[in-house]
This record gives sequence, structure tokens and C-alpha cells, in this order.
Amino acid sequence: MDAATPITAQNAAAPLVVAGVSHAFGGREVLRDVSLAIGRGQRLTLLGLNGAGKTTLFSLITRLYGHRSGSIRVFGWEIKENPSEALARIGAVFQQSTLDLDLSVAQNLFYHAALHGIARRVAAARIAAEIERVGLSDRLGDKVRQLSGGQRRRVEIARALLHRPQLLLLDEPTVGLDIASRQFLLDHVRNLCHDEGLAALWATHLIDEVDAEGQVVVLHRGRVLAHGAVADVIRETRASSMRGAFDALTQERAA
Amino acid sequence: MSPAHYYRCLAGIVRREALRFLNQRGRFIAALVRPLVWLLIFATGFHFVLGVSIIPPYETYVPYEVYIAPGLIGMIQLFQGMQSSLSMVYDREMGSMRTLMISPLPRWFLLVAKLLAGVIVSVLQAYVFLAIAYFWEIQPPALGYLTVLPALVLSGMMLGALGLLLSSAIRQLENFAGVMNFVIFPMFFASSALYPLWRVKESSLTLYYICMANPFTHAVELIRFALYGEFAPLSAAVVVGSLLVFMLAAIYGYDPSRGLIARRVAAE
Repeated sequence: MDAATPITAQNAAAPLVVAGVSHAFGGREVLRDVSLAIGRGQRLTLLGLNGAGKTTLFSLITRLYGHRSGSIRVFGWEIKENPSEALARIGAVFQQSTLDLDLSVAQNLFYHAALHGIARRVAAARIAAEIERVGLSDRLGDKVRQLSGGQRRRVEIARALLHRPQLLLLDEPTVGLDIASRQFLLDHVRNLCHDEGLAALWATHLIDEVDAEGQVVVLHRGRVLAHGAVADVIRETRASSMRGAFDALTQERAA
Repeated sequence: MSPAHYYRCLAGIVRREALRFLNQRGRFIAALVRPLVWLLIFATGFHFVLGVSIIPPYETYVPYEVYIAPGLIGMIQLFQGMQSSLSMVYDREMGSMRTLMISPLPRWFLLVAKLLAGVIVSVLQAYVFLAIAYFWEIQPPALGYLTVLPALVLSGMMLGALGLLLSSAIRQLENFAGVMNFVIFPMFFASSALYPLWRVKESSLTLYYICMANPFTHAVELIRFALYGEFAPLSAAVVVGSLLVFMLAAIYGYDPSRGLIARRVAAE
């Protein structure tokens, strides 16, 4: 995948289209007929309680394991058929930290760059740029173990961007962070979407992380209960806020 | 993905393994102390109890410590292979397995690269052990140090592949104790590492057959012969055959659509 890759129908397609995906572990159904889509420059909030199936959906999109029904397309590439093309366009921040605590920040970042086949010289420049954007230039040589939770998350965001992905996946990225770190992450990702046209799927159980002007998907017990602009979702449920809409949707379902 | 991508990815995985190893000095020392304890205490104790008659590749009577040296190298590689399995389980729990898995390079390549990185570390450990053992009269011919290299690479890969296979099936970190009891100990003791097989045959024919069927026996014999500049064709064939079987099974185990991962995650 070179910088000179021509714009084709394939990579002009939507950053992420999930269509009719169901998944079961053993006999237990975790996702049922899940569909959602993200456009360029969009930040889609995937809202759901713990156990709603958010992490399973992330695992399927990143092909930790394969989906058995439906389709998952990343810029038009079906993840099952062209995992390489799809994964090259995805940057991911997982719920649990995936940094190597015994290695330095720089070593962790170089490792990630190597996994994407990026030459060390190119990687060095990108690492310098991305780590500066998250304000940790002076910590490059430190062991990750010495960093706070918020700083580790920033390193993970920087890392997820090293291979210049066009789709960013974040699974509950703010869990356990203090207010300032949380705000930093929210702003950083908003800016990435707004200024650089990245698409982002932001999974959370915190309703106040939903952008009032943005897009939201409500996932509950493995099903999509609502998908669209936040304002529309609120109107359709005749609620006055996203919280009210969420309660109405999930209670309807429970009843 | 061009060949350059593959090369950079492999180099990155090897570099990370080396860095991790250097950062964990305790692990390096433990890996060396274990066989040295066997060599210095066990072998000395049994020096006069166990006589070893002249069997190939040895041309004279050899002291017991000379006999068990290749077995102890095998032990180093066995532990390193299982430890890389432990690190896979640990990695997965820590999530860095995910970092590896979301690389756009094919998953089989990532697993092979991970295997090679582990082998490089295990070969390095084996040579450090040989260097120390030199001062305990374990002095194979000079050329032996060179001819043993391919044997070390093959046996290291075979044991590493076994570790990978186990890691795809093990659910939790704690299960490493199970691996110790049910894999490492039986493989080590039911082999030619500590006693020549003709002696085993004299006492129990069943155990002899078990030892002969144990791929670890053949890893040890491959190393033993190579250390004296000789080639053991049967052992080489068994080691290569086992390597292929273990590796293919491990790749199957890590396959996203068919393998064990999805089933295991289900249980979480």
C-alpha cells in the first residue's frame, strides 16, 4: 500500500459498513443482526452497557476472530476476504492497555510500526510527530511502567495513528482516566475526525461522551436499538436528552 | 505488502523479543542456572553411579556430565519454548497479542516470526551454556560448536512450535503449572536426556518405546550427534516432522474463523 495508491471505487467506499452481523459463543448469542455505518470524518459513538456486545463487535472488526454471518467492510474491503487491506486501514485502541510495560515508549511505538512494515527511518519521523501531538515528547525514553494511565492511553492513540489509518476504533478508551485525560482524548479524536477526515468508532457506556451533534448507535444485549443522528434518536423516542432516549429504548426492550 | 514489509515486520518482532529478554535479566539467569545446577550437582552426584559405555557419537568412555550436556541444552530449549508459550498467554492477557494480531501481515507469518524470534533467544542461551560448560570438561571438538548450530535451530523451532500450539489451547496463565507437570517433566524424563536409551530398554521395554516416540529424545540426539560433527538422520526426520505438525496445528489454533481462539474467548 503506497502513498500513491490511486483512488478507486474500493477505497472511496465508506470507512466502515457492518451489515447483518450475528455472533454466538457456544449457544449464547452475543450479537444479533448488527448493522451500522460510518462516513468519512464521522465520529460514531457506540453506546451500550457493559455486556452489550461492544468488545465482541470490535474483536470481529479487527478479526481477532471471524464473523460467521453478515459482512464487515472497511473502505469496501470485506475483512474476511481481504483482511490485510482492511487491517492496514484500521487504527485500534483496545479496552485493556496493550503496551509492553517493560519496554520504553519509543520501543513500543517502533514495534507497532514494524508490525505494519514501516521502515525505521519513516517510523522515527512519524513517532516524533504523533507523540508531540499528545504532548509526551519528553517521555519517549521512559519505560511505559513509569507512565500514568492517562499517559499510556495517549501513547496508545499515538501508536494507533502511526500507520496512517483512515478508520479509528476505540473501545471504552476513557475507562479509568481522570477528567483531564478524558477530555484530552475526546478532543483529540474529535479534531482528528474534523481536521483530517478520519472516521472513528468510539465505544462507551458513558452517555455524556455522545456528541450532541454527532451520530450514535445504541447497542443493547447484542442488538442495535437505534442508529442515527443524536437529535433524531432523541426525537424518535420522544425524550428530552440522550439519557432519556437511552432509558426509553432499553426499557422498551426490557419490558 | 511487499517483501520489505515482511522483512521489517520480522525484524521488529525479533528486536522486541531480544529487548524483552535483555530487560528481564532474571529470566536469563534462571534459564542458565537451571541446567548448570543439573550439571554441577546432579551430574557430579551420579558421576560414579552411572557408567556410560561407548555409544555413538562418543568414541571413548565419557563421564556422565559429558553425556547429559546435550540433554541439558535440550532442557534450555524446552523451557524457552514453553516460556514463549507462557509469554503468548501472558501477552494475550495483557493485550499485546492483539497488537500482533491486528498487523495487516498474514497471521501465519506473524506466528512464524514470533517462533523465529524465540529460537534466536534459545540458541543464544545454548551457546552461553556451552561456553560455561567448557570449564567443566565438556569440550566437544571445535568444529562441533559450528555443526551444532543447525541442530539447535531445528530443535528450538520444534519445541517453540509446540509451545505456540499449547498457547493457542491454554486458557489462563495459571495453566503453566499444568504445562510443567504434563509437558515439560514427562518430555524431559522420558527421553535420552539423562540416560542412554539402551539402559532404559534393559529395565522397561514400554518406557523405551515411549522414549523413542518422544520428539524431545530426537531433539536431544540431534544435538548430541551434531555437537560431535555427526548427523542423526532419524532424529532429524522426527524433529522436522514434529515441527511441521506442531506449527500447522498452531496456525490452525490461531485461525480466526476456525480455531480455538473464538471458542476460548467464549468462555471468558
